[in-house]
Amino acid sequence: MKFAGIRLGSPLGIALLALALIFLPTVAGLLGAAWVRALAFAALYVMLALGLNIVVGFAGLLDLGFIAFYAVGAYTFALLASPHLTDNFPALAHAFPGGLHVPIWAAIPLGAGLAAGFGVLLGAPVLKLRGDYLAIVTLGFGEIIRIFLNNLNFPANLTNGPQGIALIDPVRLGPLNLAHPLDVFGWVIPQVQLYYYLFALLAVLSAIACLRLQDSRIGRAWMAIREDETAAKAMGVHVRNVKLLAFALGATFGGISGCLFAAFQGFVSPESFSLMESIIVLSMIVLGGLGHVPGVILGAILLSLFPEFLRHAAGPLQDRIFGRAVIDVEVLRMLLYGLALLAVMLLRPRGLWPAPQHGATVTPARGVAR
Amino acid sequence: MGTFDTFLQQVFNGLVLGSLYALIALGYTMVYGIVNLINFAHGDVLMVGALTAYTAISAAQAHWPALPGWGLLLVGMGAAIPTCVLVSLVIERVAYRPLRNAPRLAPLITAIGVSILLQTLAMIIWGRNHLTYPQLLPPDPISVGPAIVTWTKIAVVVLSALIMGGLLLLVQRTSLGRAMRATAENPRVAALMGVNPDRVIASTFAIGAALAAVAGVMTAAVYSVAHFYMGFIPGLKAFTAAVLGGIGNIPGAMVGGIVLGLIEALGAGYIDQLSGGIFGSNYQDVFAFIVLCAVLILRPSGLLGERVADRS
Repeated sequence: MKFAGIRLGSPLGIALLALALIFLPTVAGLLGAAWVRALAFAALYVMLALGLNIVVGFAGLLDLGFIAFYAVGAYTFALLASPHLTDNFPALAHAFPGGLHVPIWAAIPLGAGLAAGFGVLLGAPVLKLRGDYLAIVTLGFGEIIRIFLNNLNFPANLTNGPQGIALIDPVRLGPLNLAHPLDVFGWVIPQVQLYYYLFALLAVLSAIACLRLQDSRIGRAWMAIREDETAAKAMGVHVRNVKLLAFALGATFGGISGCLFAAFQGFVSPESFSLMESIIVLSMIVLGGLGHVPGVILGAILLSLFPEFLRHAAGPLQDRIFGRAVIDVEVLRMLLYGLALLAVMLLRPRGLWPAPQHGATVTPARGVAR
Repeated sequence: MGTFDTFLQQVFNGLVLGSLYALIALGYTMVYGIVNLINFAHGDVLMVGALTAYTAISAAQAHWPALPGWGLLLVGMGAAIPTCVLVSLVIERVAYRPLRNAPRLAPLITAIGVSILLQTLAMIIWGRNHLTYPQLLPPDPISVGPAIVTWTKIAVVVLSALIMGGLLLLVQRTSLGRAMRATAENPRVAALMGVNPDRVIASTFAIGAALAAVAGVMTAAVYSVAHFYMGFIPGLKAFTAAVLGGIGNIPGAMVGGIVLGLIEALGAGYIDQLSGGIFGSNYQDVFAFIVLCAVLILRPSGLLGERVADRS
């Protein structure tokens, strides 16, 4: 990839990108603290979108319950690092007199593993069937997880129901506590910005991992399955296992992001994991370019910063035109997301920044043979 | 109330629920049979029907206060059916037809886009709040044997049975029905035989939408509530019903709907006792999902389906 003659992979390119990522929040901070927060969420969404892209973009499996894995990760950390469990289970309180405070670096592998486990559990029965079924089953799974989160406060109060779990520990890495501003030789970095740095770093690492995966044997197998499952099978790809791997890896990304989300917010409730969230992440990758890592990152950043723009632009604009707020910003955002999904698929089906098409000239017309 | 009476009551509730699922499932299954597409927006068409009928009924109540309940119901249906058919035809024309030869993922994604669009538009037009549906038929409970029923619920069962009978006649006996079956079998050969596939597909969407409109009005009447999100869960369950009966199979959707309704009603009625009070009826929505997974694992072609699930 090249920008203005500088290769992104070169030392100069990396240095420039790092500088941009480091000073971005300082610049955004001038516009308001909300923007720094939006940037942190953008980085989190980049991770989520990259995870979903493995499933939908690389392997071509439509997963509509992706946010369920995010929820699994978030609740894992929430339960392991908040007073909720010790408050409700005296035996646990007895075993951990100081309270449960599992550090994030220990919770992340657990949350990721659990999410991957759920992914395999869910994928195993349906992956050998047609893709449409997978879409519905994952959709249902996303709802089921929410029903359980909402109702598992009885008979044993495991999830605290619709009230959610509060007082979750922040990210602590050794002496560094991300809940307090950091003073670096007089330059005070606020908490939100620290989280942004952590998330941005992880997002970059995820992007690198995705790019490496894409070029690997597995990545090529995923794309072969996406293009033509029968042909892939004939070429010796173990279709079911490779699909399961895509599903589990995508879920892993969801689980990790979920843990980070719980630590960042300090509070989780079932409301954060609605179907709409799954669809927002899907919109990101569809808008950016299914299966193309830079496109997906672009889509995630655009759509996660978009509500912030809308908040600043839509209200005043409506005031000026109609004299009052006719459409709520949140509603307007969903309206535009729906339109975006529709318009992108109809007009630019390969996204804003599509993947380069290999062998496009030999692709026959699809859908002719039945 | 004895145990057997409770059982009968739950069976009746299951029949009501199942009739509604069957009506919606028919829309999924007919569309799937002909264009191999899961119409994700189908549940939202139902919602549009219910809310349109709400507006029409409110207007009718204001203009002709003397109109009886069943008259209002007719007014509601009369408004909902054409609206839903129109909405569905527009969806088909705009979101699905241009993508008929595109990769599988494309129409699924536009369908989700349409679904979001319909929901937000409904939210803008009718607001976010739950609207209380007017009581159309007399609400007094009637005892039929040991079971206690209402006129609305009886109307649901009777109306669905009539509609489904009519639909079977339409599919088996008319030339449109023959064209639909031929297109489902093989669209290209059907086209060679003089069937206009575009028209058949549009008619299929229109019929499905009309059924969804009826189901939407009846759902709202049974639960006395309507809101912009009401189409999602019934849509999901009706899809399950369609898969249960064998997707693409019209009698299958009817059977699947009724069976799913019975499973849900009995499951929700007895889960409390079976699990020793650990799980309550708030887990009702989980049953459909378990049924869906079980069917997909054990018998992907469904109860009545002969077509083996296409693995491509």
